[in-house]
Parts: sequence; structure tokens; C-alpha cells
Amino acid sequence: MPRLTARLALAAALLAAVPVLGAQTYPKGGDPRDDLAHGMANAGVAIQGMRHLGTAPKSAAFDSTRGLTFVNSDLAFRGNLVYQGNFAGFTIWDVRDAAKPVLVAEVPCITSQGDPSIVGNLLFISAEGTGNRNDCAKGGVQKPEDGMMGVRIYDVSNPKMPRLVKNVQTCKGSHTHTVVPHPTDRNIVYIYVSGNQGVRQGMAGCVAGDDPADESNSLYRLDVIKVPVHHPEMAEVVTGARIFTGIGPVARRGGRQASGGPRNCHDVTAYPAMGLLAGACASAGLLVDISNPEKPVRLDAVADTNFSLWHTAVFSNDGKKVVFTDEWGGGTQPMCQKTSMMEMGGNTTLVIGADRKMKQHAYFKIPTAQTDRENCVSHNGSLIPVPGRDVMVQGWYQGGVNLIDFTDADKPYEIGFFDRGPVDAPRAADDTTRRRGGTIAGSWGAYWYNGRIYSSEMARGLDILELVPTAHLSANEIAAAKLVMMDEFNPQSQPKITWPAAFPVVRSYVDQLERGKGLPAGRIAAIRAALDKAEAANGAARRTALTTLAGQIDGDVAGSSDAERVKTLAAEVRRLAGK
Amino acid sequence: MRHLLLILLATAPLAAQDHAHHGAHGGLPPLKPIAEGSLHTAADVQFMQGMIAHHAQAIRMSTLAATRSGDARLVRFAQKIDQSQTSEIQLMGDWLADRQQVVPDSAMWVQITMPGMLTAAELAELATLKGAAFDRRFLELMIRHHEGAIAMVADLFATPRAGQEVDVNVFANEVEQVQSVEIALMRQMLATLEGAR
Repeated sequence: MPRLTARLALAAALLAAVPVLGAQTYPKGGDPRDDLAHGMANAGVAIQGMRHLGTAPKSAAFDSTRGLTFVNSDLAFRGNLVYQGNFAGFTIWDVRDAAKPVLVAEVPCITSQGDPSIVGNLLFISAEGTGNRNDCAKGGVQKPEDGMMGVRIYDVSNPKMPRLVKNVQTCKGSHTHTVVPHPTDRNIVYIYVSGNQGVRQGMAGCVAGDDPADESNSLYRLDVIKVPVHHPEMAEVVTGARIFTGIGPVARRGGRQASGGPRNCHDVTAYPAMGLLAGACASAGLLVDISNPEKPVRLDAVADTNFSLWHTAVFSNDGKKVVFTDEWGGGTQPMCQKTSMMEMGGNTTLVIGADRKMKQHAYFKIPTAQTDRENCVSHNGSLIPVPGRDVMVQGWYQGGVNLIDFTDADKPYEIGFFDRGPVDAPRAADDTTRRRGGTIAGSWGAYWYNGRIYSSEMARGLDILELVPTAHLSANEIAAAKLVMMDEFNPQSQPKITWPAAFPVVRSYVDQLERGKGLPAGRIAAIRAALDKAEAANGAARRTALTTLAGQIDGDVAGSSDAERVKTLAAEVRRLAGK
Repeated sequence: MRHLLLILLATAPLAAQDHAHHGAHGGLPPLKPIAEGSLHTAADVQFMQGMIAHHAQAIRMSTLAATRSGDARLVRFAQKIDQSQTSEIQLMGDWLADRQQVVPDSAMWVQITMPGMLTAAELAELATLKGAAFDRRFLELMIRHHEGAIAMVADLFATPRAGQEVDVNVFANEVEQVQSVEIALMRQMLATLEGAR
């Protein structure tokens, strides 16, 4: 039975590759996030490494808490505008003044879960719920042809008056979606659609099936929408990315083949500059080559019995690591209590080898126990562009927002947080008069964009934060991060970060060498003094000073415990000299 | 009002179904009136009620693993099912209570029969096994149990107008997804066990 043997070998490879990984110990208490006062608008706050600049409360159309009906979802960014999804529509904010974001537009349109992406003047919104309608109205779908499951496309060239251009229907709806640019043609973008519903009945071309290899099967694929940017009304599903074939053992069910592997992704993160995509695909984490966006090719798949739902991913900027998250409890449940398992409902870091295979390293979960009133689990985040380190910001629903350093794949650690107390008051165990769960709230996603952190609070609005220096993150590192500016940002379509030649960038490396004891204190002080002097000089004098300094730093490489960082520092000083 | 009456009539025979048939729906509490204009339907209410019982049995099966399994990974996996489904039972209970429907006591699983659930004899047999024999049988039965939950979700969505209310929609999808993932993992664990035999 060579085929059976091969299948078993593949199954074993998926799971056996998981060693006993590092996870934190259970929170011991004494964390500033413990015992915060409850409240919707006036909850207690614990904050470290960040400053809270402001909150834009939900606009009137969505200002209600009724289960998931009016919760905020994901964010997209362009210029000074933040596009915030909601299960009942979307909001556009002008965030020039972080303390007082200005409402540009609120667009009621029932669309769970409403994840947005922005490409130029086009706003894409994910529609999955079976109660979503073509006409956006409430009341549910009475006739199947009125249902809208797929991606809505809005023209937002006038952000005050968004205009629905097209509802692109897909067979499994769109839980999330990801923008993938065409490799050469700037007038075309692809939208990879992650749909979690079953195959719709009664829609032409939608076929349910058990066999992932069957090309006519609508279930085992990511739908790919091709969008001519100047003719969004012509957007349509052009292909299905069949990246699930051959994952997991194949079981025989009623005489048919049934895959033991995933049939959809929850979320996929594209890294177009690397031609890579990380697929957080329910039962597996996938690495996919997307150099041809119409023909993606799976490179690797990893499974883990501790993960409930591979949910989303963030690549390190060098593309050599990827953080995957596990949405244990679906986001509506309190999975960060002191009794909740620490290796579940958090992150895991995988290293991507030269062979483009992934190796799983440690787990990470917020090192604080949240209450049973707080829906909490690992959720969405993005990189903070600190040169020389891998730092990300992440939302954990009512677990708040936190900052994580995952430079060392085996030892991710927290370097800051912002957390509110629960929305609801504690409930006595024997109290049968109140609901057992709390109001659904918290950070859906927290992202760095052009110098600030934006967190989409499901019930409370849009939070805006900035970084403040701590022992874990220096003023120079923050200043260097703020040098990275983007015109447009969709967190699931990760841009390659580059830093300009600048003093804060150079000083970031010096700070890191000091923190990590990569150079003796005397050398750190001397390099800082030389940099100050060079900065005070101009033109040729500055160039000469920097070139001399770079030469001296070359001499530090051999004696350093962090030689690579010293080399990078020398190179950055030279780059600055050449500016 | 006419609409409400129809719902009540339509569900009356369901409550009277024979409980003993494996895979049949039976033993659900009586349906309370659903206000006109509500997005949720009788099928949504009964899905939540039935799933509470279904989950409660899975929790019972999972707690057996703590003392009977021979595999640390499976013990942890069962603990995950236990914590996930305990929390989901609370969520379903809140959903029903918010809509003035009967919240079945989670101990009701012995009287409510839903697809994939174990018979009393199967559960008793499982409780006698230890080590690898337990692991194998646990995985087989829990795969079947989970497939039953997925069938319940499929039934829900196949019912006209059901599964549209957003909280039911999200929850039902989550059950489908998470349990599909767990089936995939259990098939892999089972394959690993078979390979080791």
C-alpha cells in the first residue's frame, strides 16, 4: 500500500514536526492590567510604553451594543484617512488631529464582518454573513438572489460620499480578503478571498465537493478576484487558488475521498515584495509562493494540535520569520483567563528556511490574566518599523493592545501594553439574573501607520496611541520608526519596509548594542559622541566625520558578541555619510 | 401572530420524536414565542439548544481523557475541547436567555439526542478503556461526534431563513470551522497512532 504509507507519512510530518515549544508560565498576578475598573466609557486603564492620544467613539449609526450586530471590525489606511469596518457598514475618519478624529463618512450597510481594504479610490469590504443583502438593508435575505456574500467595491474618490460600485459574489462569501498587486501592471489588483461559509446553494458555478483535487470543487480554494482599477465594475472572480490539495491524511468517507486538511483560510497575509503569502488556514499554517498571483503554489504546511484556528499572520521584514496567531474561542470568548492554557489562543513564531520550509519555534500569549467578562484571544497586528529588530503591535480584543519583540524566534517577549478593564461589572458565580458572558468589545486589530498606533475597538470606537520610550524601546528607535511613511496601508498586504539614511536609524543600532551588551560602555559612549559631533557639522565635515567613525566601527566587529549588528551599524553610518 | 403559530405547529412534531434513535433530534425544550420581525428563527433557537447538549457530551468525553489517555498531546487536546465548549455553552445560553428562550441545563445531554452523539453504551465502553486503546476509540468517537455538530450546522443553513441573525451566523460558522480543524487534527493523530501500531 505505498499510497497509504505516503499519506501516513505526510500526516505524521504535519504533526510530528511540532516539538515541545517554549510557552510562558501562567501569570502570577501583580500585573498593572489586573483588577481594572469596568465600564464602557470610563473603564480603568493600564498602559506601558504607549500614550493614549484619543478615542473616536462610534458614529451614531453604529452606536449600539447588541451582540455582534454593530461591532467594529478591521482597519485600512490611506493618507490622513482611516477606514473602519463595522458589521453594519463602515466609517471613514480623518485622523490628522489624533486627539479629535473627524468623521468624514458613515455608511450603513449590513455587511458582516466588514473587513476593509483600500486601493487608491477603491474600498473593498468583505461580506460573509448569510443575512447580508445586495441592497445593504436589514431584515435578512428573503430570496437567495438578494443575498450578498463576497466583496463589495466602493468608489471613495469623494470620501464624504462613498458609492457602491459592485457586489462581487463568491461561492463561500468573504470572511476576510487580501490585496495582492499585479507583479507588473499597476492598473490591476487581485483580491484573495478567504471565505468560511459552506458552498452557496443556487448560485451558478458553485459546486460543493469532498475532493480537494477536483478542479470544479468550489470548497477547496481561495477565490481570486481580478480588479481593473479604473474599471471596478468589471471586477470578477477569475480563478480559485488551489493551495489545499494534498494536505493532511485523506480519509475514506462513504466510499468517497475526504480531506483531513483545510478547505479555506481564515486570513492570508501577502508579502508581495517577497512573492510570499502566509495562509492562516484553519487547521494549518501555509507558506505560499505568489510570484504569479493567478497561480499560487504552496511551499509548506504546518499543523499544531494546540492551535484551534490558524487565524492570521505577520512576516518579519526580512521574510525569514512569520508569526501566526490562533483564534481560540473565535474572539467572542474569554480565553485569556488564569485557567486558560498559555500555549493556546496566542501566537507562534516560525522560521522560514532557505528551502522555504517553516519550522515552528516558541508560543507567545499576553502575560496577564483577563477576567471571565472579557472576550480575549490573539488577534490582528502589524510590524512596527524599528530597524534591527522585529517588533509588532497586536490587538487581543478585551486583552487590549500590546507590543511584542520577536527578534529571537525562541524568545518573543512583551515590551508594552494598553488595556482597559472589562465593559461589564463582575458577576457572582451564583447570579442567575445576568448573562454569563460580557459585552463583546476590545481591540479587533492594532496597527502601526505613519507614526501612530490605531486600534479598532469593537464597542468603544477607534483608539489612537503613540509609542513612548522605555528600557525596551528607545527614543531613537521610535524616531526611526516614524521615518517610515506610507501612502496607503492594508495590514494583510504587507509592504517591504526601508529606512532612509538618518541619525535616528544609526542611533537605534547603537542603542540596541548597548541594551544587548554587544559593545562595551566606553565604545557606546564614544560612538554616540562622534555621532553628535557629526550631526552638528555640515557638508564635507559631516561626511568626513561619519566616514572616519564607520572605519572605527569596522574595528569593533571582531570583538563584539553581536558582530552582525556592528556591521550593520557601520554600513548605516556609511550610508548616512553618502547622503 | 399567524407566523408565530406556524412556527409552533411546525416544531410540535419535533419535540415528540423518539429519543432513542441514534442521530435523531429529540428531547428539546418547548419553543417560546418569537417576536414578529425577529431575524432569528425557530431553527436557530433549536440549533442553540441542541448544541448545548451536544457540547455537554463532548465535555464529558474530554474529561475522561485526563485519566485514561496514554498520550500527553491528546490529553492537552481534550482539555482544549473541554475549555472551548464550556465557554461556548455559556455563549449559547446567553444567546437563548437574551431572546427569552429556554436554556437547557447542560446536564440535559443525557436526554437530548443530536447527530453524532454517543449512546449510553458507547460512552460506558469508552470509560472502560485505557492507554492507546482509549486514544484510538476516543478519536474515532470524537470525530463522529464532531461530524455530527458539522451536520447540525449544515442542517441549520439548509433551513430557509435560518442562520442569518449575525450572532447565530458567526457562532455556527465557528463551530463548523473549529470542529473541522479538530477533525483534521484527530485524523492526523489517528493516522499517527495507526502508523505506530
